[in-house]
Amino acid sequence: MSNFKHMSNSFVAQKSTAFQCFHCGEDCNEKPVIVQEKSFCCEGCKMVYEILNQSGMCDYYTISKNPGTNQSIKIRADKFAFLDDKKIQASLLSFTNESETHINFYLPQMHCSSCLWLLENLHRLNKYVISSKVNFERKEVDIVFDHQSISMHQLADLLASIGYEPYISFNDLKKNRPSVNASKIYKLGVAGFCFANIMLLSFPEYLGIDSHEAYLQGAFRYLNILLSLPVFFYSASEFYISAWKSLKHGFLNIDAPIVLAVAVAFGRSLYEVFSGTGAGYFDSMSGIVFFMLVGRVLQDKTYQELSFERDYKAYFPIAVMRIVEGNPVSVTLPEIKLNDTLLIHNQELIPADGILTMGKALIDYSFVTGESIPVEKQMGEIIYAGGKQISGNIEMLVVKEVAQSYLTKLWNRAELQTETVLEERSFVHLLSKYFTAILFTIAGLAALYWYMHDSSRIWQVVTAVLIVACPCALLLSNAFTNGNILRRLGRNQFYLRNAQTIEEIATINYIVFDKTGTLTTGRYQDIVYEGVPIDLIIIKKIAALAAQSTHPMSKAIVEWSGEIQPKHTGIKSFQELPGKGIEGIVDGDSIVMGSAIFVTKKTEGTTLQSAVYVAVNNQVLGRFGFRNHYRPQIPALLQQLQKLGYPICVLSGDNAGEQQNLEKILGIGAPIYFNQKPEDKLEAIKKIQLSGKKVMMIGDGLNDAGALKQADVGIAISENSSHFTPASDVIMEASVLPKLYQYIRLCKANKQLVMTAFMVSILYNVVGISFAVQGNLSPMVAAILMPASSLSILLVSFGASNFLSWKMGFK
Amino acid sequence: MSVILILLIASISVAAFFLVAFLWSVRSGQYDDEISPPLRMLHDNPISQNIDSTNTTTTLKNIN
Repeated sequence: MSNFKHMSNSFVAQKSTAFQCFHCGEDCNEKPVIVQEKSFCCEGCKMVYEILNQSGMCDYYTISKNPGTNQSIKIRADKFAFLDDKKIQASLLSFTNESETHINFYLPQMHCSSCLWLLENLHRLNKYVISSKVNFERKEVDIVFDHQSISMHQLADLLASIGYEPYISFNDLKKNRPSVNASKIYKLGVAGFCFANIMLLSFPEYLGIDSHEAYLQGAFRYLNILLSLPVFFYSASEFYISAWKSLKHGFLNIDAPIVLAVAVAFGRSLYEVFSGTGAGYFDSMSGIVFFMLVGRVLQDKTYQELSFERDYKAYFPIAVMRIVEGNPVSVTLPEIKLNDTLLIHNQELIPADGILTMGKALIDYSFVTGESIPVEKQMGEIIYAGGKQISGNIEMLVVKEVAQSYLTKLWNRAELQTETVLEERSFVHLLSKYFTAILFTIAGLAALYWYMHDSSRIWQVVTAVLIVACPCALLLSNAFTNGNILRRLGRNQFYLRNAQTIEEIATINYIVFDKTGTLTTGRYQDIVYEGVPIDLIIIKKIAALAAQSTHPMSKAIVEWSGEIQPKHTGIKSFQELPGKGIEGIVDGDSIVMGSAIFVTKKTEGTTLQSAVYVAVNNQVLGRFGFRNHYRPQIPALLQQLQKLGYPICVLSGDNAGEQQNLEKILGIGAPIYFNQKPEDKLEAIKKIQLSGKKVMMIGDGLNDAGALKQADVGIAISENSSHFTPASDVIMEASVLPKLYQYIRLCKANKQLVMTAFMVSILYNVVGISFAVQGNLSPMVAAILMPASSLSILLVSFGASNFLSWKMGFK
Repeated sequence: MSVILILLIASISVAAFFLVAFLWSVRSGQYDDEISPPLRMLHDNPISQNIDSTNTTTTLKNIN
């Protein structure tokens, strides 16, 4: 069978004119809407322009070019009707009194300074909006409005009318928004203040004080004690808590030597000052705390606009329409009861399992199960929660409550609830066990030696060893390099949840991919016609017939034919049979299109590939094959990974239509499984892990959620940061997927870097300990050694990690 | 030389003042969003045209 035409969507472009929509910047195609010499791609964009123009707010268009988003999909008039419900209002707002109400909306469409300007000038669009403040990083806006004059519902409608529809999900009902934790920054500030002042006050002692002014010496020492109190009791508490937590689990982590060093230094210094025998080591102690806190803060990079913790609640809407005595009433998801009748609008998500009672159901489950073809359901059939209805309104009878639906039960499986028991699994923490052991050995040996030679100096030597042998340099370098790498990766659209993930990525040795939405993009972008060559007239007729149907496959055929506005005249006896196809008479020719059985009237061989057969005047001409459109460079990526020694596996929730294509890329016999339910994916990952491999899973939809959590590293692919992504360790933009190997390489290099820094830091420790065991560790030497080692390691780590990432081609 | 103690107290107090200022500024949340303030700065506030034009005419009259 020869390929007649192979076209993708870009073929359509040659028909469009060069008009760009003034509002959203997209192509206006054939019929731009023109107002005052400005062209718009659709009525929706034009309406936003008119609203802004009326209030004199066209500065919106001068601050950034084409700042809007495409408004061609109209938002339902009563979409925010649920905001009239007092209970919902109470759980969403952040403050209210008689005159004003504060509410925080999440607006994922925010992306430029025009958006910022418009949203902060909202009061000019409606005088009952008192003020509004944008938090651009989180894409949120805090609006203060007069609720007596404008309701929350109207406010949401206002935002939607200018193109910023608020995204309110089920999650927002529970108000679980953790506040930003700045306690480490406070502790750091206090430690820095005290450290600097203590060092200043210690200078006179080191540089020599006259015996006349010996009383000054005492004054300085007591001031030092005073300044070190906040450090010891407040700033260092960070380490006490961490060391205590791991002690409760039965082992010592890397904070244990730090706590030891701090405590011993403080204790000995107090003793020295009160007994008048010395100046103490307050500067070293506060230096340790300060530098270690710097490391902690640097490592704690969080991405406010992303969430790595999303579960199904962030995916579902907050409310849905229930039919009560013939009238639709808004109701929140937790209130849905058995035997309720729900009205589901076009493009709405189905919130609960139920039976279809009215309307034509065509449900898109691609996000939930990975099936690329929408599922048609008849009246009386069960429809499952999580899918999106895409062909008009339907009514359904609820059979299972939201929390009991198949989807939510999947979420609440015990496996998915397990928290990572120990956060610190890094190799640094393994080193710490040895570190403490070696430390005590050296101290013991030194004590033994001095016991035999001059027992008066035992305590002095032992405490000196414990003070100076602090793994500060190692930890600092580790934290700093991690933080730097995290930021670099983030700048390249590869967002990690925390620094621990870097190591996990470096150690994986098996990669699993999801197919729909991860390796492929969209659903049907490549249409291949196979069959008897057909001429233009017949194509036009086929397109005309297909245009009568709202099925995505029909729409794709219309686009393939290149007819943007096919003729509607001359079509008789049009019939659409769900699950089968469409038929009709166009200008005298009888055309039938649809499934193989419907058109050819015989059971074809197993062609699992989704295809639409076409017959004209009872003669089968051929078929349109729908092929998945693979993201560019994905085949190259897969082959590269295989060559480098990573076994690849593909798990797909779709049917096996793509088997041949995938085998061409990965080789015959590669583990490629189809029709995988979400549990199947999770089990597959478990099986691989049981064979000793560390698995990286890359997926994009709800059906991958279990697998993503089970894998050692779960990467969620995101096309658009405002869309929902399931919980994962890494969020990656779809456009950078081909560079996956480079990211893995950088993470591996991170470990080498830290090991090198570790070697260097050992040198410092050796120097320090050599002073200590000889009993020669004066406060001045300790005070110099601490900052010197920390700063030099910092500089080296900074330089080395930046050089490395630059060399690997990262921005 | 004991005056140095007074100087010390003074300088530490000044430093402490800055510490408090630091803690307060972090707490007030100004560092939560670092993208909006630079953009916000560049937005103009609308000034009504009438006021400007009358001012310029009066100054011109005075010069003459």
